[in-house]
Amino acid sequence: MPARKGKRTTGAPRVPTRKAAEAVRPAARQRIRVTVNGRPYEAEVEARTLLVYFIRDTLGLTGTHVGCDTTTCGACTVLLNGEAVKSCTVFAVQADGAEIMTVEGLAKDGELHPLQKAFWEHHGLQCGFCTPGMLMAAYAFLKENPRPSEEEIRIAISGNLCRCTGYMNIVKAIQHAAQEMAAR
Amino acid sequence: MFPAPFEYVAPSTLDQAIRLLQQHGPDARLLAGGQSLIPMMRFRLANPRVLIDLHRIPGLDFLEEAQGVLRIGAMVRHRTVERAPLIQQRYPLLADAARVIADPIVRNRGTLGGSIAHADPAGDWGAALLAAKAEVVITGPRGRRIRQRAMPLEEFFVGPFMTALEPGEIVTEIRVPAPGPREAGAYLKIERKVGDFAVVAVGVQIALDADGICRKAGIGLCAVGPTSLRAQEAEEWLVGKRLDEAVIARAGELAAAASQPNSDTRGPAEYKRDMVRVLTIRALRKALERIPGA
Repeated sequence: MPARKGKRTTGAPRVPTRKAAEAVRPAARQRIRVTVNGRPYEAEVEARTLLVYFIRDTLGLTGTHVGCDTTTCGACTVLLNGEAVKSCTVFAVQADGAEIMTVEGLAKDGELHPLQKAFWEHHGLQCGFCTPGMLMAAYAFLKENPRPSEEEIRIAISGNLCRCTGYMNIVKAIQHAAQEMAAR
Repeated sequence: MFPAPFEYVAPSTLDQAIRLLQQHGPDARLLAGGQSLIPMMRFRLANPRVLIDLHRIPGLDFLEEAQGVLRIGAMVRHRTVERAPLIQQRYPLLADAARVIADPIVRNRGTLGGSIAHADPAGDWGAALLAAKAEVVITGPRGRRIRQRAMPLEEFFVGPFMTALEPGEIVTEIRVPAPGPREAGAYLKIERKVGDFAVVAVGVQIALDADGICRKAGIGLCAVGPTSLRAQEAEEWLVGKRLDEAVIARAGELAAAASQPNSDTRGPAEYKRDMVRVLTIRALRKALERIPGA
């Protein structure tokens, strides 16, 4: 039986038709849907809106902080689909359909999360500016490594800078929180 | 700061991404992990009019060793390479390098392919993969079709942040030869603080024959030239020799001579050049320690 006219006989993938290509059109604004701390939100954003500004300015969740402009300080750390990310270095449009957790999502029914309690009890903060980022980085880390060594903790928070404490009490707080959480 | 306005699109196939690149030409850039590109856009050092996000395209995040080749998809995150048992057990050079890229949170997003395509001369993967004698696989248009081509990584880096990618092309895979029985590597980095770019970093990969003579050597240098550099003379010096302290010392000198560091906020050129020498020696020693019976 002869090959049908026009049937591709090579194995190479076909470059899409014009119609298929038009279905994939760049846009300067986009409607996004996200779930933040368990609550659904929908909003239109500019493509260039960074996730941290969407969280702070559009959603009004100002616990997440902007501390640098070089992706260094980690004060903007949130969880995106369960993973710690620096929200200043992700576009809000990339989070369409995603689940986000911010520091506001740690406490449950008015009760502080063990990490928050530990930071309080062990003086893991002074000015508090880096603290949301530290808490979220620690939260994500302890989920993966519930019984960390001190060195592992220090490595895990190496993307989060603190100008006040010298890190000693932050590490101590995370150690205590880990013990408390493991005991539950 | 904020990026300049741009249009965003997230195609779901490689075909679509290539087509978009062709349509929008030099105004368009690809977005992988974004951990290098987005900071540049925030400083307006990069101002693409169109950003093509690769995240929705399936099939770019494999990591496997088959038929003597380690194949890593371009969208594999640094973190994935860092934690993969295969990498930790058989590719210590890559495991060492993955651990010192930026910080753990950046490593959750940044990708191997994005890093290579970004071609920052201070990027750790460039130097490590040069030492590993890696090949980069590029997918792009040819007429109305799509084709793949492969090239040695050292040909891929042509200048600072400049690669041999032609219009419409996308890095889709990196390939590294699988190690032989008496082969290992190491990557050492000097940084001012955790998460910083290298002051200097060196990656090495060496293989010994049954008599302990070096039969293969790779040395890659980071942050000491207009691109990641290969210390070719130092590599050639090592091959055919027993790697005693004198031979290693000379390799260090040759690697230092191959480097082209600039004086900047991370240190004077003479210091960096000498650190190339020191790190080459230490990395060679570390690689040798990792070879059973060496």
